[in-house]
Amino acid sequence: MHIPDGYLGPPTYLATYAVCLPLWRVAARRVKEGLTSRQIPLLAISAAFSFVVMMFNIPLPGGTTGHAVGGVLIAIAVGPWGAMLAISIALVIQALLFGDGGITAIGANCLNIAFVMPFVGFYTYRLLMGRFVSEKWQAVAAGIGGWAGLSAAALTTGVMFGIQPLLHTGADGRALYAPYPLSVAVPIMLLEHVAVFGVVEGLVTGLVYRYLSRAHSAWILRPATGEAGR
Amino acid sequence: MNGYRRLWIALLVLALLSPIGLYLPSLLKAGGAWGEWGLDEIRERLGYTPAGMEKTADLWKAPLPDYALPGQENAPLSRLSLSYLFSAFLGMGLCAGGGYLVARWLAKRKA
Repeated sequence: MHIPDGYLGPPTYLATYAVCLPLWRVAARRVKEGLTSRQIPLLAISAAFSFVVMMFNIPLPGGTTGHAVGGVLIAIAVGPWGAMLAISIALVIQALLFGDGGITAIGANCLNIAFVMPFVGFYTYRLLMGRFVSEKWQAVAAGIGGWAGLSAAALTTGVMFGIQPLLHTGADGRALYAPYPLSVAVPIMLLEHVAVFGVVEGLVTGLVYRYLSRAHSAWILRPATGEAGR
Repeated sequence: MNGYRRLWIALLVLALLSPIGLYLPSLLKAGGAWGEWGLDEIRERLGYTPAGMEKTADLWKAPLPDYALPGQENAPLSRLSLSYLFSAFLGMGLCAGGGYLVARWLAKRKA
């Protein structure tokens, strides 16, 4: 899901940076409003958690690999805006140091993985949580949120890949950037994540949520932004 | 603070386990992620390299490409897993440091 350099044409990657800048500003403001000095480690823990979760590549036998992100769990813990900051930090370090995701694509990857994912997942969780009373079912709600969040991010990533041939095809019919059209990129990205990687994300989210809430962990119980409690 | 200490320990355990993310795909003969092919791989798939992609793909030389030391592409899995482990600790350290600095900076600006 980390779009590399060279897959998005300049209009797309510049536009995604342009969308991300104000979102980062809002995220900074929202996190600042809710932050107490005690909660500073939460953002650090969240960024490190997201980084290491993404290293666990899950193979489709004989096919491609993918991974969970932990983005919705982080959104539940520190609020979706806090999650945006934490995951963006992980994505920037992945791009700069490890070549995982392009540097021109940092805006696009942050939009998909650090914005779409935590927000879709968090509000899915919140919506379901209202209906589920028991703690066990709330963990299920968190799991469904994790699945929905990663699947939504896969969809927007697929769309970004898929619009490239529409925007950039040479006179000889050859693609200039990502070559696969929407009709290929979106179904593949969606299918992989809805059926496999999103399910793993959901299981991890649900199980860790259940464990942390039973252990009365500081991570789940004291959201850094105040957002999660709203 | 106790809650935090347990979370840090959990993170360290995750980092120690991270080479699973390297071994498992290799065991099951899975390739990379869809849409994250290198230039060679894309040339194999399409029969040509997209011109714009060729220009931007190698814009940035990451010091630890794919969580390995440069030039380790054909190294044995055991060596790669050591680099992977190192990358996990380094990356997590930097993320934690980055998160900490951002949070402290925000907390200060509030005051």
